[in-house]
Amino acid sequence: MKQELEAIRLKAEQDLNAAESQQALEALRVQYLGKKGEVTAILKKMGGLSPEERPVIGQLANEVRAFIEGELVKRASELKQAELEKRLQAEKIDVTMPGKRHELGTQHPLSAVLEEIKEIFIGMGFDIVEGPEVEYDYYNFEALNIPKDHPARDTQDTFYINDNIVLRTQTSPVQVRVMEKQKPPIRVISPGRVYRSDALDATHSPLFHQIEGLVVDKGISFADLKGTLETFIKRLYGEDSVVRFRPHHFPFTEPSAEVDVQCFNCHGEGCRLCKGEGWIEILGCGMVHPKVLSNCGIDPEVYSGFALGMGLERVVMRRYAIDDIRMFYENDVRFLKQF
Amino acid sequence: MNLSMKWLQEFTKIPAMPMRDFTEAITMSGSKVEGWAQEGSEINNVVVARVEKMERHPDSDHLWICQVNTGSDSLIQIVTGAQNLKEGDVVPAALHNSTLPGGVKIKKGKLRGVESNGMLCSLGELGLTAHDFPSAIEDGIFVLTEEDGCDLTLRKPIQEAIGLNDTVVEFEITSNRPDCFSVIGLAREASATFDVPLTLHTPSVKGGHGDCSNLLDVKIEAEDLCSVYSAKIVKNVRVKPSPLWMRERLRAMGVRPINNIVDITNYVMLEYGQPMHAFDLRFVEENKIRVRRAQEGETITTLDGVDRTLTGKQLVIADGKKPIAIAGVMGGEYSGIMDDTTTIVFESACFNAASVRTTARDQGMRTDASSRYEKGLDPNNCLPALERACELVEMLDAGDVMDGKIMDTHFDAERRRIHLDTDWINRFLDLQLSKEEMQSILCKLGCAFDGDEILVPTYRPDLEHKADIAEEIARFYGYNKIPGTSLSGGAQGKYTEKQKFERTIHTVMRALGASEIMTYSFISPKYYDKIGMPADAPERNSVKISNPLGEDTSVMRTTALPSMLETLARNYNNRNEKAWLYELAVEYIPTTPETLPIEKNTLIAGLYGEDADFFTAKGMVEQLFERLGVINWDIEASSTEYGYHPGRCAVFTIEGEKLGVLGEIHPTVCENYGISGRVICFSLDIEKMFAHAIQEKVYTPLPKFPAVTRDLALICSEDIPVLTLEKAIKAGGGALLEKISLFDVYKGAQIEKDKKSVAFNIVLRSKEGTLTDEQISGTMKKIIKELEKAGAYLRS
Repeated sequence: MKQELEAIRLKAEQDLNAAESQQALEALRVQYLGKKGEVTAILKKMGGLSPEERPVIGQLANEVRAFIEGELVKRASELKQAELEKRLQAEKIDVTMPGKRHELGTQHPLSAVLEEIKEIFIGMGFDIVEGPEVEYDYYNFEALNIPKDHPARDTQDTFYINDNIVLRTQTSPVQVRVMEKQKPPIRVISPGRVYRSDALDATHSPLFHQIEGLVVDKGISFADLKGTLETFIKRLYGEDSVVRFRPHHFPFTEPSAEVDVQCFNCHGEGCRLCKGEGWIEILGCGMVHPKVLSNCGIDPEVYSGFALGMGLERVVMRRYAIDDIRMFYENDVRFLKQF
Repeated sequence: MNLSMKWLQEFTKIPAMPMRDFTEAITMSGSKVEGWAQEGSEINNVVVARVEKMERHPDSDHLWICQVNTGSDSLIQIVTGAQNLKEGDVVPAALHNSTLPGGVKIKKGKLRGVESNGMLCSLGELGLTAHDFPSAIEDGIFVLTEEDGCDLTLRKPIQEAIGLNDTVVEFEITSNRPDCFSVIGLAREASATFDVPLTLHTPSVKGGHGDCSNLLDVKIEAEDLCSVYSAKIVKNVRVKPSPLWMRERLRAMGVRPINNIVDITNYVMLEYGQPMHAFDLRFVEENKIRVRRAQEGETITTLDGVDRTLTGKQLVIADGKKPIAIAGVMGGEYSGIMDDTTTIVFESACFNAASVRTTARDQGMRTDASSRYEKGLDPNNCLPALERACELVEMLDAGDVMDGKIMDTHFDAERRRIHLDTDWINRFLDLQLSKEEMQSILCKLGCAFDGDEILVPTYRPDLEHKADIAEEIARFYGYNKIPGTSLSGGAQGKYTEKQKFERTIHTVMRALGASEIMTYSFISPKYYDKIGMPADAPERNSVKISNPLGEDTSVMRTTALPSMLETLARNYNNRNEKAWLYELAVEYIPTTPETLPIEKNTLIAGLYGEDADFFTAKGMVEQLFERLGVINWDIEASSTEYGYHPGRCAVFTIEGEKLGVLGEIHPTVCENYGISGRVICFSLDIEKMFAHAIQEKVYTPLPKFPAVTRDLALICSEDIPVLTLEKAIKAGGGALLEKISLFDVYKGAQIEKDKKSVAFNIVLRSKEGTLTDEQISGTMKKIIKELEKAGAYLRS
């Protein structure tokens, strides 16, 4: 019996090692350990053994049984591992194949940069105000110290609806409307569409965007104008931007200035980008003209303020080296998807 | 405005410095330099030479072999094709390795086998014309003459010999500074910028040829439009070319020399900024000068030969019978100086700026004179300019100047006074300058003082207020020396609720796959035809631009649909396979002619290409509504929206108001835009969405009890919209209904004709507890009952 058990152990070991599937293992489990299995059959025959032999054989039979059970678990785990390996092998993919995309829309480049500019100003305590594009001549010109027949009207070729209504040539009329309605302190920017009767070409468009800013309060000085704009320009163009304020003339500000940044390309040496000047003009600004304040019912003896204005298209064209303004309004998806 | 540096130096001695430093400094004090050029800088190694000997070329009937003396030991042989030379002529010789304007390089070579060591130059080859050197001819070699003022010293660089060595600076002059449209005005700015004295010259006229004051009777009738009219008369006019120095300066300033009289008027205009006019006394009828408004319909033939009809608003200079000049704009044909002119009148006057501006604009002729007058000139400048012109007449021996003058004036000679408020200016600029420092700057600009009162010179009409004075202080103190400070006060900037709402629209539309576009607000009225808008549609009434660039941009759109379709069509034509686009567009709805239109903010979207179909677009709208908090909206089919497919179009409403339209674009409209394939568009009213949006989000705890799902397969007439069935299910399901999903609509085999099968998946759930069988079957019965009322029955 002892030999029989040893033979079973040996055979089971061989069988188990040869088994190649979970089903085969199950069959072996039944064959050896099932109710009619070989080990079970031995145990059943134990009744015929002498009391001395019984514990010895019993122990051996249990050992064999435990051995087979252990081998079954071990082999099952091995097979599972092998199957997993096989599956993993089979499931190998080419990770260089393209990803599946949910197509996202893109923001128009003018919109994207405008948002950036708005956020810079919001961070400096400005609100954003809007106003009509089709505007009274009074708000677009007269309230801004540009009466009819003023030579400055020459520089802003205007689309007229009738004698009293125009397509706004600047977003300053929004500021006039704000000053009429709101008591200082005022800190606003007014972005939006403006219109000038310039024929469309690579650098001119009859419709473009401006961002104008206005601050009115007691004690606002030219130094505040400079400080605010320097901060704005450094945030927009980078902390290392070099800025200069150059005297200029606008009818609605006094003193007036144009602001140049040192050419990013040549750092002031003069190159093709800055047309040899070393500087690039980026915005106009000045202290709000006392007549404009009075026109809006704000006492210039008590309050002072500054205003600024810049064209959005130029900023975006420079940032992305876009050389044709028409691209913005043609809206070809191959253009739009780049931003 | 061009400026000759030589001329500038006559009034103020600018210290020697590189041009870049000069232009930088004067730009930063407010006179912006647009560019500058050294005259003759393109010419190199061209010298004065004398033709000593000329021989015919042996192999040519037109070439000459010249032996040229360039002042060196030996003669140089140069071959020329010109026929105007003779031995002894002094000419410009471009030597071996020389350059000429336009980058032309001259090297020695052979002409038909004969060695030529350079080239003899014509006026044109030096970039000049016969106006610059009246004795020379243009189609031949430029022969230098002492008569033309040339220096005939051999070997001299040609630029020096003919005065082609000025530096010309181009300035951008702003409209508030008419005084800077003159050499003297810019000299004043330069003297203040570089802190060097300004030396002005007082003209002096010898005269002695009889008194002119009784020869003409002058009267300003339109006193509001003319403040000064002054004139002097010159007899025995001797018309001839001006001397080289005057021609040089005119050329440098971009003015073509003509003859001494015309050149003097231009010279004085450039120097003083005061336009001058010279006319022939013979043609002044009745010896009268009247400065008056034209009679309506009166005519004049101007110097440019154009017959012009005048209006009653336009100012003229007239004699006893007819207009002889349009004041400040252009003289009449007869006022020109002719060969037989003997006696001329020099006129120096000051006219109202706005009047000249509108007249020049309405007559369509902007002249050098009108562009100065329209900015506002100084009445006190008229007489000095007139004296200067007469002084030049004597200097150039161009005629005999008579004594006295003819003059009428209507202006207040008082200088404007502004209080010098140093404290205010220091606060305004954030500076700490003393009164003396401020006065010193203002004195350099020609201001005088009466105590603390600034006496503003009359050539500075722009100085009206203490803010104007602050600007003068700031620009000569230096804008960039003023510190920069941060705004004080803790203002908080923020987006308004409406702005946030619009930002959400942008974010959601982009997440849904649409890209933002920007289109023009103005369109062609023909675009309304293109989208099939009925001829009598009220939307055809648009705000019209009275002076549009062209028809394509002549009206303000009342609908953004054409702009979207144009953009889609452009993409389609550019062979882009797919375009999903949107714009937050403004539509301009007219009110009355004298009030502003309503500017209506609209979301317009347009799709073509892969996946672009009605339900994809509808899904976008649904998701957008969901994110914006627009709930309780309704939808119904519409066959009346122009531009859209009558069977594939829907209108969204909320509480009875129209929110917008969604649909497939009508095939005919697609054809109008050249698009073959389906295009889907929708437009939504942003104001209405905003008004109905529920912005606050309410949190609902996650369900604790399990849900039950049931499928319902229904049969109904094919006319019944799915929405009707959904509404019936909602009515029957009540509070227990959590979700309905449509999963099949089927027409065809096994289904009766004119009927359809519709299948829904229904989810029921209670917040109170697990649903019992009775609750479930009760609810399902109610749902089925409601469906039956709507005309749908369970499919057996």
